[in-house]
Amino acid sequence: MAVKTQLNGRKVYVVDGARTPFLKARGKPGPFVAADLAVAAGQSLLARQPFEPDVFDEVIAGCVMPGPDEANIARVAALRLGCGDKVPAWTVQRNCASGMQALDCAAHNIASGRSDLVLAGGIEAMSHAPVLLNLEMVNWLADFSRAKKPLHKLKQLARLRGKHLKPVIALLRGLTDPVVGLSMGQTAENLAYRFNISRHDMDAFAVESHRRLAAAQDGGLLDEIVTLYDTQGNYYQHDDGLRRDTDMVSLSKLKPVFDRKFGKVTAGNSAQVTDGAAWLILASSVAVKKYKLPVLGEIVDSQWAGLEPAQMGLGPAYAMAPLLQRHKLGIEDVDYWEINEAFATQVLACIEAWKDDVFCHKELGLKKALGEIPHERLNVDGGGISIGHPVGASGARIVLHLLKVMQREDARRGIASLCIGGGQGGAMLLERN
Amino acid sequence: MNADKSYIHWRVETDAEGIWWLHIDQADSNTNVLNVAVLEELEDILNRCAAQKPLGVVFLSDKENGFIAGADIKEFTQIQDQDMAVEHIRRGQLIMDKIEALPCPSVALIHGFCMGGGLELALACRYRIAEDGPKTRLGLPEVQLGIHPGFGGSLRLPRLIGAPAAMDLMLTGKSVNARKAKKLGIVDYTVPSRHFLSSARKVIVDKPRGSRPGRLQRWSNSAPVRPLLASMMRKQVSKKARPEHYPAPYALIELWRRHMGKPERMLAEEARSVAQLVIGETSRNLVRVFFLREQLKAHGKLPEQLRDKHIEHVHVIGAGVMGGDIAAWCALRGLQVTLQDRSEDVIAKALARANKLFQRKLRGDRLGIIAARDRLRPDVEGLGVARADMVIEAIIEDIEAKQALYREIEPRMKADALLTTNTSSIPLQTLGEALDKPGRLVGLHFFNPVAKMPLIEIVTADATEQESAQRVAAFAKQIGKLPLPVKSAPGFLVNRILMPYMMEAVRLREEGVPSVEIDQAALDFGMPMGPLHLADTVGLDICLSVAEILGRELDMEIPGALRDMVGQGKLGVKSGQGFYSYDKGKKSDPGKASPDSANAEIIDRLMGRLLNEAMACLREQVVENRDLLDAGIVFGTGFAPFRGGPLNYAEHEGFDTWLEKLRRLEHQHGAFFHPDPYWQQFATPAAIEPAQTN
Repeated sequence: MAVKTQLNGRKVYVVDGARTPFLKARGKPGPFVAADLAVAAGQSLLARQPFEPDVFDEVIAGCVMPGPDEANIARVAALRLGCGDKVPAWTVQRNCASGMQALDCAAHNIASGRSDLVLAGGIEAMSHAPVLLNLEMVNWLADFSRAKKPLHKLKQLARLRGKHLKPVIALLRGLTDPVVGLSMGQTAENLAYRFNISRHDMDAFAVESHRRLAAAQDGGLLDEIVTLYDTQGNYYQHDDGLRRDTDMVSLSKLKPVFDRKFGKVTAGNSAQVTDGAAWLILASSVAVKKYKLPVLGEIVDSQWAGLEPAQMGLGPAYAMAPLLQRHKLGIEDVDYWEINEAFATQVLACIEAWKDDVFCHKELGLKKALGEIPHERLNVDGGGISIGHPVGASGARIVLHLLKVMQREDARRGIASLCIGGGQGGAMLLERN
Repeated sequence: MNADKSYIHWRVETDAEGIWWLHIDQADSNTNVLNVAVLEELEDILNRCAAQKPLGVVFLSDKENGFIAGADIKEFTQIQDQDMAVEHIRRGQLIMDKIEALPCPSVALIHGFCMGGGLELALACRYRIAEDGPKTRLGLPEVQLGIHPGFGGSLRLPRLIGAPAAMDLMLTGKSVNARKAKKLGIVDYTVPSRHFLSSARKVIVDKPRGSRPGRLQRWSNSAPVRPLLASMMRKQVSKKARPEHYPAPYALIELWRRHMGKPERMLAEEARSVAQLVIGETSRNLVRVFFLREQLKAHGKLPEQLRDKHIEHVHVIGAGVMGGDIAAWCALRGLQVTLQDRSEDVIAKALARANKLFQRKLRGDRLGIIAARDRLRPDVEGLGVARADMVIEAIIEDIEAKQALYREIEPRMKADALLTTNTSSIPLQTLGEALDKPGRLVGLHFFNPVAKMPLIEIVTADATEQESAQRVAAFAKQIGKLPLPVKSAPGFLVNRILMPYMMEAVRLREEGVPSVEIDQAALDFGMPMGPLHLADTVGLDICLSVAEILGRELDMEIPGALRDMVGQGKLGVKSGQGFYSYDKGKKSDPGKASPDSANAEIIDRLMGRLLNEAMACLREQVVENRDLLDAGIVFGTGFAPFRGGPLNYAEHEGFDTWLEKLRRLEHQHGAFFHPDPYWQQFATPAAIEPAQTN
């Protein structure tokens, strides 16, 4: 009997993919807006394909905060990439999993027979997140432009106060849960408390993330990265958030940033605010045959899950479990894992949760604990803490990189997963033959 | 009504509201120009308008490329004398006056080109509406032909927008787009094409106030202000053009200063002034240059059967100064470009230069700049080779490196893709040996700086297929450059002719003539830059290497001074020291040339070498004919355009005179000046005689 999947219909193949280096936000807007990143990654990817960009059935991109000139950024990217007027494009938003959502939508459309060849991915330029006027200022401006006579204008001018000038930093608001009011870092603190994860363990996890990325860079294991060129004569070939000199001593000096006095989550054991874009090409067997495309791997199934927003970092624990169950797999059947590192403590909490009989029984409806995901098979080339986490792009990055790892290690099965602000988890099951 | 009386060049349409739509649609042409026949018909139409009093009159063009491109320049060449010219101009003025005097509102509905006489016609209308699009250009470029506006433009434009802006446009001949025209007040409205016709109708019905000059603008034309402004304008113009070389701008300033107050007198004087200029030497030569340009453009016309083989994607290999700038220019002009180089660093620098070019050329057009950037794609792996319609090779000047590259890329190129090389010194035949299909190899010799130099030498060898050469010439035109077909011979045309001229300047310097005197003589002659300053700018090392290659082929001795300077690290602008010294690229003041410097002798020697080499090129058929030679030197080097090209200059001075001069120079300064045998084709038997008896 066929294995049950939520991805019913035709097989969905990933044939190629590329991403930009992830560039750490350094206080000021970075050299590229989101659409520029999408175009740069896409141009390099499309240049090596045996087909022209206008044969895609659709283009789907995940992006949390496109710029003011980037409404439906997928369409902007598609047109700038030369896909032509006739290729439809749409943008999806599921916070930190937007990139994975784009892949999921593409996969479903291929499985159902609606599409044969889709460009899908994720984009985020967090350094370009808008700074907004506050509501009082907007009201003041409206009154000011309504005042017609000079005297009225003058009166209105006199009503301007310092508080009007306080900007709204969209990035900070975006990283705060809109319902329960906790910052993402505070939800991570919740998990550290609940699963009793020490500052030492978090920092050790972060050090290892940087060590693994450094090794991957030195070993040339990140060939999905394309070179980015800016307009000033600079070029970028590597994720520039990597800190080779990170160690326990330097990390231990950092102060908690979210629960300032008594917390454990620091900038050093959290994902970096970054800019980046990643694209994958998904194809049906029809397209694979027609254009003689090499198959990188197959998207077999996907799963979304919801949970309490204040515990959002546990999302992967909830999303990955049904995949194992549906396909009757144990932890040992999965060769490699990518769990996006939003926070060290959040990844560690997911591992702890799966080791816990009570959690697995009560929350996942299982008889007993699933077991322990082996560290040496999880995020083998680093993760969000060292690479960075451009929110809309990460979902696409981890799926692409997991496939690359599986190809390199000649592995059969992998699972990629992310936690999602607002209390969700998303996961994808990938296979290679 | 007999409004539908038929004309050859006009189509008159009357609508239910009583508006007359005057469509200009010149027969047998895809561009409208105001020639005698067109004006005659227009006069008839206007006479009927005056009699029948329509609700309004709208001028519009049925040509896709624009409204009216200007006067018919071919008719210029038929003008015999000043009286004939005056008569022709007065007639045109009279027709413009009739438009101005129409008893109803008149509208010029402008799209695309609206230049010269076309704009003067529009200026005579009560309203002007321009399509707000990238192709709309308005201007009075007459000075570029050595004249100034003659159909009332020199009166109406300053009156409409004030003297400073109007005179600036007329003195420089530059054109403006629709938005700038609106800002200056030349047009009353700019509209998108969707409102084109309805806007004219509405303006005629509503009769709005339209755009009028402000107080300051009116004041700028007043009698007390004019002398002051005129002297400022003269000063401004003298920085760019000398009165003895280019009399037109000075005549225009004088016309405006003296007669602006009295419109009727002004028109009469305008006609007299233009008539005088048009029969002058400068205008004749500039008109010649205009036609030389047209001749080169004609070489870029793609024959019907090759239309589907035009170039859309070019792949440039080598992102150095030439390759990078060529790639940027192609992207600017709308082509898809992939730029290959082994070094990311070199590509990054080329992209930065490209970005500066886009910013400069597309100022304010944010989306246009993004689109140009997107068209220029870095390509370290060279993936673009397989998709390109044309590959442009611009790597180092090394036969083996180029041949190895050709062997590597040819199998990956599309079957009918062209391969071009920017080589300036390696024979095409040699490079073609590396190819399976040498017929696809064409030389594409750009000049530095790519964005400024209008000429491209299209180099062919015996093996080159004619179709390849035609497609490459069409490509040159497509990117807005002028293609000059030349034979693959050392130095091609431009460098070969320029080099002896520059070497002679170095020899003069060796003999002790101060650099500044040599350069000043060339500037006085009308060259855009003195030869020694030019050498410094190009780089003395590059001059030496080109001279050495040419010297070997052409048996030309290289002045020791040049080798010495390069040996001492004096390389010109880039090293800070050459024939002049430079501080951060800026030339330090070299002082003035002494007034008693031997200008004529310097020019004789510089031009003697240049002309003698030109004769050799004609003899060897490097270019097809002497017109193309003149065109190549004018557009490739900036050779004094008002002299109409070197051979035109020689003819003007007299071929006999020059032959004589060369003999004298040979006697005084050696064999360099030995007259090329080809002089005999031009000189009279009497002048040739002594040569034969020697």
